[in-house]
Amino acid sequence: MSNYIVSSNLAISDSGFLFYPATGESFTLNQIGIFILNKLREGKDENAVIQSLVDEYDVDKNTAERDFTDFIYQLKQNNLVQES
Amino acid sequence: MKVAVTGLNNIDSPGPGVPVIRALKDSPDFKGDIIGLIYDSLEPGAYMKDVSKMNYLIPYPSNGLDALYERLESINEKENIDVIIPTLDSELYSFAKISKKLESIGIKTFLPTIDQLNYRAKDKLFEFCTKHDIKVPKNILATSIQDLYSIQSEFNYPVVVKGIFYDAYIVNNFDEAVTYYNKLSAKWGVPIIIQEYIKGDEYNVAALGDGKGNAVGAVPMKKLYITDKGKGWAGITINDPVLIEKSNKIISVLKWQSGTELEFVKEKGTNEYYLLEINPRFPAWVFLAVAAGQNLPYALFKLALGEEVEPFQSYSIGKIFIRYSWDLITDLKMFEEITVKGEINHG
Repeated sequence: MSNYIVSSNLAISDSGFLFYPATGESFTLNQIGIFILNKLREGKDENAVIQSLVDEYDVDKNTAERDFTDFIYQLKQNNLVQES
Repeated sequence: MKVAVTGLNNIDSPGPGVPVIRALKDSPDFKGDIIGLIYDSLEPGAYMKDVSKMNYLIPYPSNGLDALYERLESINEKENIDVIIPTLDSELYSFAKISKKLESIGIKTFLPTIDQLNYRAKDKLFEFCTKHDIKVPKNILATSIQDLYSIQSEFNYPVVVKGIFYDAYIVNNFDEAVTYYNKLSAKWGVPIIIQEYIKGDEYNVAALGDGKGNAVGAVPMKKLYITDKGKGWAGITINDPVLIEKSNKIISVLKWQSGTELEFVKEKGTNEYYLLEINPRFPAWVFLAVAAGQNLPYALFKLALGEEVEPFQSYSIGKIFIRYSWDLITDLKMFEEITVKGEINHG
């Protein structure tokens, strides 16, 4: 189980447009991306976020875990989250 | 109050003159007329009626200091200029050298000293950065094609081949290096700077130094769109205290007096900033800094007049500029005026 710290000052709009003021980079998230990032910002750990995905969406735990891992990888690649 | 500004070459690699003028006019406190000083009869800014009231052709720096001073003196007899803001790299040495004479006829400037210009010159940057613990790409100063043979032993291709004043090309092998060496040395002379290529995103800072070691303001921008000439065609203001701190340090070490553009690349992987260039004048995108809350050109104008300027404390993050080109239509009469008389009057 891992905890992730979301980079400070990230601006996320309801439409999924994400702007990282420190680098000037922007990204587009889908609804599930927004959901995950917001859960991480609330301080939820990996297990809690995956459970939220299972509860919220019609998805089994394995799929939720795999998608979460893929998404976290992309966030880390872009320095948007750090493992605590 | 009359302010003369150079660099009205608003072309594909635009001079900063038009945005500097736009910045001055944007200040509600600016009450004055703008005089455009141009080197070529087709500099677009001279034809833009809302930019300058009068425009005068001046001789290229290569014609010597006397020719430049005499032309400015004769323009001054008609116009009574209060401040000149030169905005082009290649003319700054000339203006710095005649600044005292200009002052004696009532024209004020706010320019870097010759020493400051030399310390940050493209062929001296590596030495300057190493001395002051600022990360900088390695370089070779090439004065002959023979020198290009050492590229392979010093660093790997691709490398960046740069002219002493302007232009830079990324080259992937020796043959390309020779081609661009010849092209750049024919245009700008030697040395040609062969710089290590650092892969990463480009970040630039528009700043103003007060000449006492303080930054009056600094606004960092990430290039969002880069042309084949390496010019930012769109950019966004960002919030990175590391970049501001590095900029303040450079301005402090140099005791920089004037506007500047600091060019950095953030290395992919390490996220370390490398300083690529210290340009001795405002960038062509300086109006983004104005839009973000720091009217640096107007602050420079006040400093030139000897007035006190409060340092800017903040700027808006996420402001974007997108440059565009536009076909200005004019009449033959205008072209005739500048060609024959060396003047265009929009008065």
